Amino acid sequence: MLETNNQKILQVRDLAVHFPIFKGMVFKKKIGDVKAVDGVSFHIFSGETFGLVGESGCGKTTTGRAILCLDRPTAGNIMFNGNDITRHDTTMLRQLRREMQMVFQDPFGSLDPRMTARDIIGEPLLVHNMTKSHAEYRDKIDHLLEIVGLNPGMAQRYPHEFSGGQRQRIGIARALSIKPKFIVCDEPVSALDVSIQAQIINLMEELQEAFDLTYLFIAHDLAVVRHISNRIAVMYLGDIVEIADRIDLYQNPQHPYTKALLSAVPVPDPAVEAVRQHLLIEGEVPSPFNPPAGCKFHTRCPYAMAVCKSEVPLFGPVGESEHMVACHLYR
Amino acid sequence: MPPLLSVKNLSTHFFTKEGIIKAVDDISYDINEGEVIGLVGESGCGKSVSALSLMRLIPNPPGKIVNGEIFFEGRDLLKLSKDDMCDVRGNRISMIFQEPMSSLNPVLTIGDQIKEPMVLHKGINRENAIKKTLKLLENVHIPEGDTRINAYPHMFSGGMRQRAMIAMGISCNPKLIIADEPTTALDVTIQAQLLELMKQLSKDFSSALFLITHNLGLVARYADRVNVMYAGRIIEKATAADLYGDPRHPYTIGLMASVPRLDQDIKKKLVPIDGQPPDLLYLPPGCPFHPRCRYRIDRCSIENPELEAVSDNHEKACWVDVRNQ
Repeated sequence: MLETNNQKILQVRDLAVHFPIFKGMVFKKKIGDVKAVDGVSFHIFSGETFGLVGESGCGKTTTGRAILCLDRPTAGNIMFNGNDITRHDTTMLRQLRREMQMVFQDPFGSLDPRMTARDIIGEPLLVHNMTKSHAEYRDKIDHLLEIVGLNPGMAQRYPHEFSGGQRQRIGIARALSIKPKFIVCDEPVSALDVSIQAQIINLMEELQEAFDLTYLFIAHDLAVVRHISNRIAVMYLGDIVEIADRIDLYQNPQHPYTKALLSAVPVPDPAVEAVRQHLLIEGEVPSPFNPPAGCKFHTRCPYAMAVCKSEVPLFGPVGESEHMVACHLYR
Repeated sequence: MPPLLSVKNLSTHFFTKEGIIKAVDDISYDINEGEVIGLVGESGCGKSVSALSLMRLIPNPPGKIVNGEIFFEGRDLLKLSKDDMCDVRGNRISMIFQEPMSSLNPVLTIGDQIKEPMVLHKGINRENAIKKTLKLLENVHIPEGDTRINAYPHMFSGGMRQRAMIAMGISCNPKLIIADEPTTALDVTIQAQLLELMKQLSKDFSSALFLITHNLGLVARYADRVNVMYAGRIIEKATAADLYGDPRHPYTIGLMASVPRLDQDIKKKLVPIDGQPPDLLYLPPGCPFHPRCRYRIDRCSIENPELEAVSDNHEKACWVDVRNQ
């Protein structure tokens, strides 16, 4: 396990992000909200990797975007290095951007096709006035390319001349260029081929050690998240249903949804698969526009009780541990 | 008993301005009745083209099946007339595609699309077709079938659309169902539901299931036998137990070491395969995997190895015996 000095770099309290839905062409009337993120709380220690898993539409990307001030929170607050960044102004935002960066999911859509690799990686440096001369600018970019495992001779190429894995390396170099402390990685490997995924995961681990980075790692692939994260939060329909240390979460999952997610991921070994217990859940994720009352998971939960349909379960620790879960089974 | 499907020396090439792309290059394999067989490989290795070749759905031009035989139920599919081939497609062999969003027709109701193969191949009348469609919707666990039968694809979620595709696939009780990355676009819990469903249905209908995927885990969970493809060729063939327990091709070994596993020691570092999958237009000479291979010897860059048996039901295409390394 990585050394974490138990300093909270980020603290999120009751964060909610709702997107209003309008109806009508002329007289637009608000008919409700999509509750993409509906009151989540967690903290991230400096130097660790915090994993955020869940299925599509559960709000994991929106959570990451809200932390980077790309989406405005409806409620709650986000403390970064002790400062509340929910009420930021432009100067503060500019300062914040130097400390937090993002690596995007789609290595094809997240790079401007009309900019060379050098311009893409160098843009943050120019925006933040972090270079004094042209020579220094070029040196920095060549160095960044080397760090992420690309040949500096490729700096003049355009994104279409790179493969998916190489493009993701450019995206990582761009995020690293201004030496941030905190990087939100939104599904950074899910668009890549299996044999390339491991290259990028290893690169991210090496960079974390070299530059003392803190990651918020968002993904739907539990095996990948387990590999890279120190602690993991599981999201379902805008709520965090479980947070635990990675070893705990996989050895001793508490929430029925976590159990189902884990058993839905096959292990590449027929001998293991043959003896593994599979908890299959029925149905599909309900719409976040009109989520079920009580525990949002009760419609699919094999252990649902009467209380689950009416009361929202409290998010609290299991026993004395750091392991937190929101489920009536443990209350 | 002869195998249900027997592919011999199949080659499918694409003739482009830049040159000939050998998407499928001299591959041979059998599928037995009622078994689940997996085909694993990364994007661009020729998995989908080999499946489309079975159905003779290769767009021509630029693609063409240049060589080979595909024996199915005693006939060579490549020698059938157009009409006879139409009678095989969707009837004896059906296909479930990757993208449930785009492989359904948006202007026809789900019911009409499920009915179509039955009306076409079995010639059943309207009333029976509706009855059978309702039964099929029940089989694939789509609730409220009598209203859903009149729904359009956009009213369905991704998982439901894939269920409708499966209903269509099994409607004529085919002997072989080809599933090309059937769950890649879907969430993990839905993926598990659908594969469980497909395995169950193929058992109930005693069809063979040809599962094409890049996910080694899925194949381990569901397949009896596995073929591994790389750069248009099958490089290893084995039973699932042999392939995972005793992989012999460096590429297979590399793939397994590069995926994180839920059950493994977390301190273990991933071992990626160096480099990138090759561009099929500019394949390296000799074995196409040799530039990325950690076991390579001089011979690898000169001659491309053929598949050879290492034991019963286990073949690999490699000059090196990896056990001695």
